[in-house]
Amino acid sequence: MFEAFNAVDLARFQFAFTVSAHIIFPAFSIGLASYLAVLEGLWIYKRDDAWLTVFNYWKKVFAVVFGMGVVSGIVMSYQFGTNWSVFSDKTGPILGPLMGYEVLSAFFLEAGFLGVMLFGLHRVGYRLHFFATLMVAIGTLFSAFWILSVNSWMHTPAGFGINDAGQFVPTDWWAAIFNPSFPYRLVHMVLAAYLTTAFVVGGVGAWHLLRDARDRGARIMFSMAMWMALIVAPLQIVAGDFHGLNTLEHQPAKVAAMEGHYETHDGAPLILFGIPDDSAGEMRYSLEIPKLGSMILTHEWDGTVRGLNSFPADERPGAEIVFWTFRIMVGLGFAMVAVGLWSALARWRGRLFEGRRLQWAAVLMAPAGFLAVLCGWITTEVGRQPWTVYGLLRTSDSASSMDASAVGISLIVFIVVYFAVFGMGTYYCLRLMAQSPDAGLEEDPWPTRTAGIVPGPAYGRDYYRPGGGNPGGGDDGGQS
Amino acid sequence: MGIDLALVWAGLLAFAVLAYVVLDGFDLGVGILFPLLRDHGEQDLAMNSVAPVWDGNETWLVLGGGGLFAVFPLAYATIMPALYAPIIAMLMGLIFRGVSFEFRARADRSQFLWDIGFPGGSIVAAFAQGIALGALVQGIAVEDRAYAGGWWDWLTPFSLLTGAALVVGYALLGATWLVMKTEGPLADHARRIARLTGWGTFVLIGLVSLITPFLNPVYLQRWFAWPMGIFSVIVPLLLLGCGWRLHRGLVERRDATPFLASLGVFVLCYIGILISFYPYMVPPSVTLWQAAAPDESLAFLLVGALVLIPIILAYTAYAYWVFRGKVDPEEGYH
Ligand code: HDD
Ligand code: HEM
Ligand code: HEM
Repeated sequence: MFEAFNAVDLARFQFAFTVSAHIIFPAFSIGLASYLAVLEGLWIYKRDDAWLTVFNYWKKVFAVVFGMGVVSGIVMSYQFGTNWSVFSDKTGPILGPLMGYEVLSAFFLEAGFLGVMLFGLHRVGYRLHFFATLMVAIGTLFSAFWILSVNSWMHTPAGFGINDAGQFVPTDWWAAIFNPSFPYRLVHMVLAAYLTTAFVVGGVGAWHLLRDARDRGARIMFSMAMWMALIVAPLQIVAGDFHGLNTLEHQPAKVAAMEGHYETHDGAPLILFGIPDDSAGEMRYSLEIPKLGSMILTHEWDGTVRGLNSFPADERPGAEIVFWTFRIMVGLGFAMVAVGLWSALARWRGRLFEGRRLQWAAVLMAPAGFLAVLCGWITTEVGRQPWTVYGLLRTSDSASSMDASAVGISLIVFIVVYFAVFGMGTYYCLRLMAQSPDAGLEEDPWPTRTAGIVPGPAYGRDYYRPGGGNPGGGDDGGQS
Repeated sequence: MGIDLALVWAGLLAFAVLAYVVLDGFDLGVGILFPLLRDHGEQDLAMNSVAPVWDGNETWLVLGGGGLFAVFPLAYATIMPALYAPIIAMLMGLIFRGVSFEFRARADRSQFLWDIGFPGGSIVAAFAQGIALGALVQGIAVEDRAYAGGWWDWLTPFSLLTGAALVVGYALLGATWLVMKTEGPLADHARRIARLTGWGTFVLIGLVSLITPFLNPVYLQRWFAWPMGIFSVIVPLLLLGCGWRLHRGLVERRDATPFLASLGVFVLCYIGILISFYPYMVPPSVTLWQAAAPDESLAFLLVGALVLIPIILAYTAYAYWVFRGKVDPEEGYH
């Protein structure tokens, strides 16, 4: 049935598919968890229940997204063993403990406090509840820390030796964890998660402002999101630039592919667009700016930039994918900065909540973060090929010796199930986000759901103390 | 080195897997019983009783899998390909049952999907885990640090039997959990189910224990030779004791007793399995010392585990404490 493919390619496709599906959820939930903590903190500090309304609004979305992140993540942690068993055996002594720390320090923390955060406000009071929200947020950040250390080690391995069984074994844990590309990747990814969330929140806020510019909850969301866009998007460009320079140092072939340079140049141009052709080893129809490429990469007009053709054919990635994904990511980054600046201008003129064109732009940009994150990861991972551990372990030597049919059938199952389940989940999220945030202040948006979940009584505890009592916003037990 | 780190880790992982089996066992069990509950009201209540804790319970599975990767990479790299199909099936099951909590609360017309997905996913996950256990007990062929069998080797009557046993056993845990956490007609209903699944569990345990010693001479010798043989007397006696407590707890309506007794049943069976396995990590050929990562890896993660696991246990206990007592039918979903 799958004779046309070999098991390794199917396994690669399976990994790329499942991890791409997975990363969409963490990219949102890392940012949303921090956002929820900020909202609850502001609610307690300002004693204004509007913040609690916004908190509860996003809490419901968070619960759905987080659930999908968890189940797709569990698949990832088993996939190393099922499809990449040689990789697992060899890198286990180093990567295993790092992922072990992720489980112990991050996953348990998130999961342990998630229940209290979602269901516990009226049981534990707002102070402990805020603590639980903080723990969930910190858990997602710890998780990013460890998994990115793992991933970075595969790009820039450090602090290891190789034993008789051919396994990578640790010699210096500090060097292995803080391997050369890790700080850059961590900063870039966490900023990416925050931007992704900011643009979703901003888009939803804008959508509701377009219908009713006085919607208090929508104003809060939109204003906060635009501050994030203004401040974080430029930081992301700086971080991305440093990340690229670091990559140039450690993986010059990847940078050559991203830039679309097949030939080595002194004073290389910056190729804006073109059609890369790997089999011919040249860039067709390119549109370029002379010497700018050398300036960006080496900070000298006549600096030397190595081209792909100077690397052995079996040790370099193709340019056909990463050339494009890199451009999409960078383009979206600049578009985000533009939205941030535009909002600053509107804010300065006192028209932040009235400018309809800005709001439409924000709605259009709502999915931009997800797209940029996916493109970024594809650039990183495809650019690492043909290695799983850069320069040391080839992808083709990493896979399990499974039948192609086993990998192929499971791949089809994954694709069908993921599209069905996560498709429905996305639909539920969109429906939640279509609710006006102010609706929560007036009435239960799901009054008589067929579920038969009865609205709870107003609890007498101090849980809605900060605002002085607003039953609609202070809900935790009753509403949907 | 004074301490046998590999052995310490084998103990810690054994603990993580046991924690997973009993904790996720009861919430998967609630899922398995879901279609037997009478109406939406009962189903909502049953679901609400596990909604705040299921994620924490499932994290023990991630620790089990991740821990195996970290500490016994060779075992991880051979067991996963050997159990390819059951593992994928389990993951699919866990996806459906995991998303059902939130999806079911947010759906209206499509709610029936998750009324099916929740029990369906739970049953598939439980059955696949039981099959995986059975296949491990039968043994896995390893050559040259790689799995050396085909991808259907796990499928035997014995592994199907252990699959069924785990489904029924989890259902028992789920039923006794509901006895403990709910009141009125739902609790009565759960009591009847607990009685049935209790009998089922004991019959299946009996069958599995009769077959196991004959799968591998090592097991036979382990169970019927001095000094381990003493356990083959003690464990069954203790099991009968648990069965008695379960029965009395249901009759006398002491609502926590049946759950605790069922936990006891699981712990005892688990001890039985450990006795058969030791010192193999991947029976019948790879011992835990052969599978272990180098001491530097084991020691590095052990430091963290010794600090973090007690903290994890503390806040997990706290989370259960927050949601203690019977679930309140007045209290809806968040
Ligand atoms: C812990 C390690 C790790 C992490 C955090 C990631 N990857 Fe990765 N990735 C791998 C470890 C890996 C791998 C095991 O090393 C693969 C499998 C096959 C391969 O070549 O490398 C891989 C391949 C791989 C491929 C296929 C490349 C090819 O075969 O041409 C893509 C598109 C991605 N990954 C995408 C991602 C995305 C979107 C990630 C965001 C979460 C991601 N990776 C994180
Ligand atoms: C390919 C490598 C990856 C593996 C094996 C993996 C594994 C997992 C697992 C097992 C879970 C579920 C944990 C639970 O039960 O709570 C999870 C969730 C999570 N992962 Fe990943 N993951 C990978 C990539 C990433 C990356 C690159 C990031 C972010 C930078 C990330 C961030 C998270 C976060 C924040 C969660 C929490 C749940 C959620 O956000 O919905 N993961 N991951
Ligand atoms: C416009 C400026 C940007 C620049 C110059 C830039 C630069 C880079 C570079 C060079 C890489 C590859 C690093 C490597 O593999 O070694 C990368 C990866 C990545 N980028 Fe960007 N980026 C920019 C904007 C963005 C934006 C706006 C997002 C998302 C919101 C984003 C998300 C990512 C992600 C998730 C990765 C993969 C993880 C990593 O390797 O860090 N980037 N970026």
